[in-house]
Amino acid sequence: MLTRPDPGSLTLLFEGRPIPAREGESVASALIAAGILAFRTTPVSGAPRGPFCMMGACFDCLAVVDGVGSVQTCLVQVRDGMRIERQQGARDIASETTG
Amino acid sequence: MRVDLAIIGAGPAGIAAATEARAHGFSVLVLDENPGPGGRVWQAIETRPLHGDDDRVALETVRAFRASGAEARFGATVWCVEPEGRVYWSEGGRARSADAAWVLIATGTTERPLPIPGWTLPGVLTVGAAQIALKTAGLVPSGDVWLAGQGPLLLLYAAQALAAGGRIAGVLDLTDGGSLRRALPHLPRALRAPSYLARGVAWRLALRRAGVPWIRASQLRAEGEGRLERIRFLADGTVQVRPASLLLLHDGVIPSVQITRALGCAHVWDEVQHCWKPLTDIWGRTSLERISVAGDGAGIGGARVAELSGRIAALDIAAALGRLSTAARDRAAAPLLAARERHLAVRPFLDALFSPLPIDPADETILCRCEEVTAGRVREAVSLGCLGANQVKAFTRAGMGACQGRMCGPVVAAVIAAARGVAPRDIEPYRLRFPTKPLTLGELAALHAQPTAVEPQSS
Amino acid sequence: MLERAIVIGGGLHGLSTALHLARSGWSVTVLERRHVGRHSSGINAGGVRRLGRDVREIALAQVAHEMWRNLRALVGDDGGFRPSGQVKVAENETELTALEHRAAELRALGWTHEEVVDRAETRRLLPAIAPHVVGALVVRDDGAADPMRTVMAFRHAVLASGVAIEEGASVLALERTAGGNLRVVADRGSWEATRVANCAGAWAPAIARSVGETIRCGVKASMMIVTERLPRFVEPTVSTVARPLSFKQTAAGTVLIGGGHQGRADPATETAVVDVRNLARAAGIATELFPLMRGVRILRSWCGIEARTPDDLPVIGESTTCPGLVHSFGYSGHGFQLAPAAGAAVAEIMMRGRTNLPVAPFAPARLIERSAA
Repeated sequence: MLTRPDPGSLTLLFEGRPIPAREGESVASALIAAGILAFRTTPVSGAPRGPFCMMGACFDCLAVVDGVGSVQTCLVQVRDGMRIERQQGARDIASETTG
Repeated sequence: MRVDLAIIGAGPAGIAAATEARAHGFSVLVLDENPGPGGRVWQAIETRPLHGDDDRVALETVRAFRASGAEARFGATVWCVEPEGRVYWSEGGRARSADAAWVLIATGTTERPLPIPGWTLPGVLTVGAAQIALKTAGLVPSGDVWLAGQGPLLLLYAAQALAAGGRIAGVLDLTDGGSLRRALPHLPRALRAPSYLARGVAWRLALRRAGVPWIRASQLRAEGEGRLERIRFLADGTVQVRPASLLLLHDGVIPSVQITRALGCAHVWDEVQHCWKPLTDIWGRTSLERISVAGDGAGIGGARVAELSGRIAALDIAAALGRLSTAARDRAAAPLLAARERHLAVRPFLDALFSPLPIDPADETILCRCEEVTAGRVREAVSLGCLGANQVKAFTRAGMGACQGRMCGPVVAAVIAAARGVAPRDIEPYRLRFPTKPLTLGELAALHAQPTAVEPQSS
Repeated sequence: MLERAIVIGGGLHGLSTALHLARSGWSVTVLERRHVGRHSSGINAGGVRRLGRDVREIALAQVAHEMWRNLRALVGDDGGFRPSGQVKVAENETELTALEHRAAELRALGWTHEEVVDRAETRRLLPAIAPHVVGALVVRDDGAADPMRTVMAFRHAVLASGVAIEEGASVLALERTAGGNLRVVADRGSWEATRVANCAGAWAPAIARSVGETIRCGVKASMMIVTERLPRFVEPTVSTVARPLSFKQTAAGTVLIGGGHQGRADPATETAVVDVRNLARAAGIATELFPLMRGVRILRSWCGIEARTPDDLPVIGESTTCPGLVHSFGYSGHGFQLAPAAGAAVAEIMMRGRTNLPVAPFAPARLIERSAA
C-alpha cells in the first residue's frame, strides 16, 4: 500500500463515501491513499482497472468525476466536495447528458 | 496568438530552453500538462520538500524560468502540432491554438512497458507512478510493496521511498545477472562523470542498509481476484509466492515519440536502448524545418544533459530566426556542448549496466492493455500474414485504444519481430496521427465555430 | 500461356478480381507494393451501402448487395456484415422534399430499396438524433461490415484458390512481350501474363500513364474520427442530405465520424496528414446531429489516400491503349460495397472481353485526356 501521515484537510466523496485529500494532489493519489486501487471496469471484458502510470499515458485510471465520465484522475487536481464514481464498462454518455 | 517559440514540456529541457530564449528577446510560450513546472524528474519541485543539492539547484533553475517572462500554461495538454508551427492544446476544457515561428518538443520519456501476466490488476503500477505519488502527494510504500525489473529509476525511487520513511518488502531483479560484467569495459569513460556512479552506488547501499531483500528472479506473475494479492516468481530454481499489496514495475525509460511520429519526423532505432528516437543533429533539429527536440525525448541522457540540450537548442533557434549570428551561436554553445559531452560519457556504461530486459511474454500476457489483446493473439495475427504493427492493429485492435500504443507499441513490435525472425527495427511501428491526446468532439467543434485566440500575458 | 493473369494491387478490388479469376480456373498472381489492405480497403467506415449512390452505380451495387448477403458462401466469412441499415436524414423540409424526389426518381427506374420515412419513424430508427431532423431516406437492409476482416477473408479465400500474393512488390513498368503477352516488371521480379488488372487505387492512374493512357483522376485524403467506446445507442449508419457526415457506431462501441472531410495528401510518400480545421468541421456536424456526442472523447483520427475521379464514378473497363490491361480503380471513397461484384465484372472482362454485369457507365473512355495531335 501507499500511505502518508497527513491525510489532508479536503474531503472527496468516492461512491458516497467520504475520503480525505490534500491540496494540490491528483484525484488518483487521494484514492490510492484511501486504499482504493480499482477505479473502473473495462468495456472490453469488464476487468477491474486502476492507476498504472500516474502520468496520463495509460488511461487506466478513468473514473466519473462530478458526473463526467472518462476523466483521467491522475491529471485532475482534487477539489473539496468532488464526487467520484467508478466507471463501469463503456462510459454512460446518455445518462451524463440527461442527468 | 503568435509567438517566436512554442515549447512543449516544462521539464529540465523545456525550462532551460525557455530561459535561454527569453534572454535573446524571444516571445516564448511553454505548454505542460502538469499543474506546475519540473516535468518528471523535477516533479512538483515548487511545492514539495527539498532533499539535497540537486533539488535546490533544480528549484533555482525553475525560479529563473518563472522570472524569465516566458508565458507558461499548465494543465495544458497539447494534442496537435502542425509542421508550419501551429500548436493546438486543451486547457480548462477548451481547445486553443497558437502560431509559432519555431516549435521545440521537450516531452521527455515514457516508461518502457514491462508486461507480465497479471500486470493489468489493480495494485500493479510503474515505479515512475509511485515516484509521482511520493513527490506530489507524499505517499510512501508500506505493507507488502514489491519492486521488480531493472533501471536507475528503480534504485532512485527505492532510496527516496526509504528516506521518506517507507518500507519495501523486496526488489526482484529481473536481469540475467550479467549486466555489470557487460558494463565494465565502459567504466573508464564513465569516470569522466563520476557523480552518476556515486549516486547509483549510494542508492544501492541504502537498500542494503535497510535490509531490503534483493532477489534475482524470473517468470514474474501478478495474481489476485479483482486486485493484486500476491506475486509468483522463479528464484534459486524454485517457484516462490509472496503476498503483495502493490507491485511496482520498471524497465527503464524511452523517448516519448507520439508528437514527433504524428508530425512525420524521421526516426532512428537506438540499438543500445532498444527504442525509436527522432533523428536529430547536435542542435536538436529534426528532419522537419522549424521543429526541434531537446531533452530525453531526443535520446536518454538524464536531467543535466536535458538542460544543456535545451539551452543549445534555444541558441540554435535564435540563430535560425536571425537573432544571433552563427558565429555567436557557436561561441555561446561551445562550453555547453563540451559539458554535454562530459555528461554523456557515462551513458555507454549506464546503458550496458541497465540494458532493457528481453521481451518474450507468455501467450496469455496482455500486451495491449486498452483493448486487452494478448501476446498469443498478436502471434496468431503474424501467423495469419500480418507483417507489421499496423496490420496487427487493424486485425486485432492492438493499439486502437485511448493510449494510442504508448503502453504497448514497443512490446507488440518486439513480439512481431521475434515471431517473424527479424529485428525489431525492421517492424513498421504504429502509424500515429493527431490528435495525440483525447479531446471532446465539442471542444474540437468549437475551434471551428470561432477561432480561439490566446491573449498573451504582458512579457 | 493461356489463362494467366496478374492483378496489380492487393486491396479489396484486387483480391475480389483475383478470386473470381481463380475460381474460373485461371492462374493468378497478385502484386502488392506494401501489404494487403494497406490503404483504403483496410481502413474505411465499412459502409455496405446502396443508399444515395449515383443512379449509374445502383445496378452494380444491387448485385454486390446480394453477394454481401451471401459473403460467407463466397469467401468463408461474413466480414462482420450486419444489415443494420443506412439512413440519410433531412434537416429541414426542403431537404425532405429532395429526398422524396430522389425516391420517386429511383422508383421510376425500377428501384424500390430507398424509402422516405417521417419524423416519427426517423426518431424510432435513431433515438439519439437531434430534434430538428424532420425525416429521412432509408435502406433498411443496407448496413456495415468490418473492413480488415473482409480483406483478410478475401485474402484467405484467394490463397485457398491457388492465387499467389506477392507483397512488397512495387510495379515499375508494363511491357509487351515478343509473343504478344504482357510483362509486369516490379522491383522484386517480373511476371508475364495474358491479362493484367490495374487495381492499384490512388496509384492506378500512374499505371495507366505508363502505357500512354491519361485518365483524369486525382486523389482524396478523407479523414475519420474515432471516439471512445460507448454503450450501443445507434444501429444504422447515418448521413445527411446537405452536410458531409458519415456516422456509425462499430461493434466495439466506438463511433466513426467521417463524411469525406479532407486532410492533406502526399501520394509520393503514400501518406496523408490530418487537417485540424476540417476535422473540427466534421466534429461540429456530428455534434449537431447527435447532441449527446458533445462531451465524448476523440481517441484518434485516421487519414488515408484514395483515388477520386471528376465524376466520382469508378473506372472499370479495358485500357484504350493497352489490350489485355483492364482497369478497376477510382472508386472515390465508396468502393468497399461494390468490390465483390466489381471483381466479378473485371474478371469477366479479362476472361471473355466483355461482361453482362452493369459496368458500362464506368468505361475509361469518358475520362481519357487526348493530347492535342
